[in-house]
Amino acid sequence: MASKEITLAFGSGGRLTNELIRDLFVRHFSNKRLNELEDSAVLRLGRERIAFTTDSYVVTPLKFPGGDIGRIAVCGTVNDLAVKGARPLAVSCGFIIEEGLERGTLEEAVVSMKKAAAEAGVEIVTGDTKVVEKGKADKLFINTSGVGLVIPGTAISQKNIRPGDVIIINGEIAAHGVAVLNARNNLGLSGNIKSDAAPLSRMLNGLAVKFPSIRSMRDVTRGGLATVLNEAAQSSGWSMEIEEELIPVSEPVRNACSVLGLDPLYVANEGKAVIFAPEKYASKILSAMKKDKYGKKAAIIGRVLAEKKASLKVRTPIGSERYAVMLEGEQLPRIC
Amino acid sequence: MRFLNGVKIKNKDYFKSSLWSDKNLAVKILEEIKILSRKASLLKKGPVNIMEVCGTHTMAIASSGIRNILPESINLLSGPGCPVCVTSAGDIDRILQLSRLKNAITATFGDMLKVRNSSGEDLNSVRASGRDVRIVYSPSDALGIARANPDKNVIFVGVGFETTAPLIASVIKTASAAGVKNFYVTSLFKLVPPALKILMENKAADINAFILPGHVSAIIGYRPYEFVPAKYGIPCSVCGFEPLDILRGISALLRQIVEKKPRLDVEYSRVVSKDGNAVAKALMAEVFSVSAANWRAIGVIPGSGYDLSPEYDRYDAFSSFGVKYSEKKEPSGCLCGKILLGVAKPVQCRHFGKACTPLNAIGPCMVSSEGACAAWYKYGVKK
Repeated sequence: MASKEITLAFGSGGRLTNELIRDLFVRHFSNKRLNELEDSAVLRLGRERIAFTTDSYVVTPLKFPGGDIGRIAVCGTVNDLAVKGARPLAVSCGFIIEEGLERGTLEEAVVSMKKAAAEAGVEIVTGDTKVVEKGKADKLFINTSGVGLVIPGTAISQKNIRPGDVIIINGEIAAHGVAVLNARNNLGLSGNIKSDAAPLSRMLNGLAVKFPSIRSMRDVTRGGLATVLNEAAQSSGWSMEIEEELIPVSEPVRNACSVLGLDPLYVANEGKAVIFAPEKYASKILSAMKKDKYGKKAAIIGRVLAEKKASLKVRTPIGSERYAVMLEGEQLPRIC
Repeated sequence: MRFLNGVKIKNKDYFKSSLWSDKNLAVKILEEIKILSRKASLLKKGPVNIMEVCGTHTMAIASSGIRNILPESINLLSGPGCPVCVTSAGDIDRILQLSRLKNAITATFGDMLKVRNSSGEDLNSVRASGRDVRIVYSPSDALGIARANPDKNVIFVGVGFETTAPLIASVIKTASAAGVKNFYVTSLFKLVPPALKILMENKAADINAFILPGHVSAIIGYRPYEFVPAKYGIPCSVCGFEPLDILRGISALLRQIVEKKPRLDVEYSRVVSKDGNAVAKALMAEVFSVSAANWRAIGVIPGSGYDLSPEYDRYDAFSSFGVKYSEKKEPSGCLCGKILLGVAKPVQCRHFGKACTPLNAIGPCMVSSEGACAAWYKYGVKK
């Protein structure tokens, strides 16, 4: 049933966001490149392929352990490019600032963007500033867009996913969502939980060059791992299976999720990517990832099944199985 | 050194969650369960119905896929164990009335936001209409809101079992000691043991054994359940929430049935003691007094809830604002009531997964993250 109002759940990154994108944006804007529904659109420019993406950041609080709005504003966009096999070339920034924001707070975000951009090897080349009346925005919203050059020889698309492919993730999931929730609500969770916000371009570009047979890569952010894998299952048509025991989750994050009643599979990340690749390259890809700072805890977590049902199965530790649907509604409002 | 199903376990590993989802141990326990369930269903001349009465168990059973690996002759039923689900339609209506009062800020756990009253409204729609409704993660946050807004009346939606009640008791005590005058609580807490008694007496479902809640028992101890096997001859097992806790509990229950010796087994002794948590119990005894409570689908159960005790009466939201209880209808066609009693399963409801999904939930069992319908939907449980 089409809802008349846009509720917070439409921004959760889960099923409703997905439906809004398909039923409204794609319906009206429909074109071949948009309809692919990947993290970046790929445009042909002469002999080159250009990846192009945009994202807005509205996190509360602006700073949290492991990152801040500036860091995720650069990392998120850079990662959206990198998962399409593109080397980030340039990033734009648009600031929407609430009247009364302290100049120092804004500068902190800007410095953080500079550092993240330097780490990702990308320049912020253009921008825009708007200030709105008090109450018309919440402190600071940032939009970034990015363009990147797709590495020649790669064919990275969810459509290319095949049965038997393995699913690899670059490290421990769910830290970002829990860190933000902890900071926002002063939950006092133990274990020094930090956001995983990180630019993955160096690692993912390296993989795309070395392993042109990689079928697809996806940025795992809002909606969590389960939602991204459901999207990949829908786009490719194939069912997927992951093993709960193989999915890296740090002990403090696991405990926090269990106390808060959250499922780590649906908690947001800001420095995670999943990679789909033919099984014969899996161990080589894995060891290449483990050499990178952001891939030390990379793991093979599952595989694509020869079943045209587009669903996500989870093998549980006791050897049973269940399904995992897309995130429904808002598990955690506004975290990225 | 300890033993778990004949396997040596180092003391330091005993509290690790990985131990309690160990596959090899699970296979061992399942072998036991298979043998016992054959005997038990022969004795019962049919499937063995085991009911869990805790929403966290409902979720744990669905997320670990336990149903898929149990023998067909074991039928797991979800009972009235989700605090949001057991809150009656009439009480939901009272909460909404409070939330529309002028000058009120309603503070609630997120789960209550989307539970509809009989006219299809919920706290979410009250919030969308411009009233101040806020999600809190702890009742002390609600008290914080009251302190920060001295000119507003802050109403905390208090629902839950013996697990949540002590936290809220402690916040009410703090409010009282600090002289906070604009803080109120809807005291809709429910007690588990009296509900078990009703389930056995009204015999709506043929319940052969109970998996008893681990968290509630950590507070109240296991002594309050001793009447269940003693008086009603129903096997009981207090379980934790990891897959092996639940499998061991099921095995213990089957053994009791086969041996025809109903008793109370505690499979969660690493957390649960006979008398529970004395501090929490004393807090509840001070702040609350036991009263009748209205349960969805069941009705009024004497001695199954908490009112505020006379000393803390001024914090009672309903009496302070004169909001009276009146009986309200269940949403049309919704099977939540029958599901709470173990009479129906989520997939038997015509709305399940069609008109009723977590995003557009008709009944509370689909709203709450601990509800049976939400668990079945999220984890794709089919039988």
